[in-house]
Amino acid sequence: MIHMQNVHKAFGDNRVLRGMDLHIPKGTSMVIIGGSGTGKSVALKSVLGLIKPDSGTILVDGKPSDSGDRDAFLARFGMLFQGGALFDSLPVWQNVAFRLLRGSLKRPEAEAREIAIEKLRRVGLKADVADRLPAELSGGMQKRVGLARAIAAEPEIIFFDEPTTGLDPIMSGVINDLIREIVVEMGATAMTITHDMSSVRAIADNVAMLHDGVIQWTGPVADMDASGDPYLDQFIHGRAEGPIEAVR
Amino acid sequence: MNPITLLAQLGRVVLTALAALGRLSMFAGGTLTHMLRPPFYPREFFSALLNIGWLSIPVVGLTAVFTGGALALQIYSGGARFNAEAVVPQIVAIGIVRELGPVLVGLMIAARVTSSIAAEIATMKVTEQIDALVTLSTHPMKYLVAPRVAAALITVPLLVAVGDIIGIAGGYVVATENLGFNSAAYIKNTVDFLEFNDMMSSLVKGCAFGGIAATMGCYYGMQSGRGAQGVGAATKSSVEAAAILILAANFVLTGMFFSL
Repeated sequence: MIHMQNVHKAFGDNRVLRGMDLHIPKGTSMVIIGGSGTGKSVALKSVLGLIKPDSGTILVDGKPSDSGDRDAFLARFGMLFQGGALFDSLPVWQNVAFRLLRGSLKRPEAEAREIAIEKLRRVGLKADVADRLPAELSGGMQKRVGLARAIAAEPEIIFFDEPTTGLDPIMSGVINDLIREIVVEMGATAMTITHDMSSVRAIADNVAMLHDGVIQWTGPVADMDASGDPYLDQFIHGRAEGPIEAVR
Repeated sequence: MNPITLLAQLGRVVLTALAALGRLSMFAGGTLTHMLRPPFYPREFFSALLNIGWLSIPVVGLTAVFTGGALALQIYSGGARFNAEAVVPQIVAIGIVRELGPVLVGLMIAARVTSSIAAEIATMKVTEQIDALVTLSTHPMKYLVAPRVAAALITVPLLVAVGDIIGIAGGYVVATENLGFNSAAYIKNTVDFLEFNDMMSSLVKGCAFGGIAATMGCYYGMQSGRGAQGVGAATKSSVEAAAILILAANFVLTGMFFSL
């Protein structure tokens, strides 16, 4: 479904992606792991067209991601941002129903609100949250609202950018379980970036380790612990010693 | 310093300035096309009308009333040096309508509106809300920029008109209460002296200044760097650029109206 072939991206002298190759089959959940600053977010944003790669090809269902009707392309995606990225000036329900209130997926306001409340319930939030502003919610609740927004228009592909960052372990577990349930229930293709290993084990069908701008290892999550790859081993065990240079 | 090095440095400065001018021109051109092409976002537009227009009335009114009053005192005092105290109504009217009204309203809008737009959009950028808009199939130029610039183009001339009236009223109050002018004569002199072109120049300047103020706020907000420092720098740069461009545009527009 999603193919990244020899993707390069540099910011000035900083070569972030150096020929990244990745394949995510339809209906599977791929988790990309790697240290901070290794280009995980850049890879994810490149697929969406938020960042333009310097070279390489990104195909979604065999078609280049930067060709064709952009609105129709983006309508297939939902995304949960690291910090939630909720619109401060809009109440929660309008954040969730944002796509349903405008553009090609526009619905009557009452229907959009009903769908928003249903999606809020799906992520474990009560209907009375709908009329609050994002600033009135806790970090965990904001993540749930972001998740509700990501799934509101029933996308085929969902991206999760560091879904558990800033949450306590219990709330992280809740969000991980929710993501897994929703992805399975919707049959969506998911791409998650994280360095939280509990997220990897809860969410992933397949795992890819990004280091030095390329995928060092990729395979099913079940094979991860016995991969024999020194980079992956160091990362999943959190060791300071190994081929990945740890800055002290 | 080596003349070649000096020339190279000068060239770099010129190229940087030209590149910035090019980016700004493309941004302004893009804003114009997004304002004219659907989809339109009426809710955002009306919200911007309220924020830029209605909520700026108090600050514009206070600025105008104090300026009008001070101007009346200055003209009376200066005019007394050559027995020309009687020209207070005419000079207050022409000074406010042709120059001080539009410029002071423009600068107050730069302080109040440009800074707020830049800070809001820059914060949206650093918290990934702009990226979120894109992923939700909404063009940030259409949703954030076009409604704000369109609202400023409409409301700032109206604010200038309000400022002109309040400024003249400030001069009137000071002249009739403190300086012994006759109320009816003051009003008659003011109305008789002002010409259509004076008011037109005021409104055209208001429109130009509104466009500059909102465009600078949006431009620097969208160009913001990361973190709190990026938001602060974007806000500061937007107000500086808006204020300088408003004063420069005022000079150019005044020259144009004088040549008519």
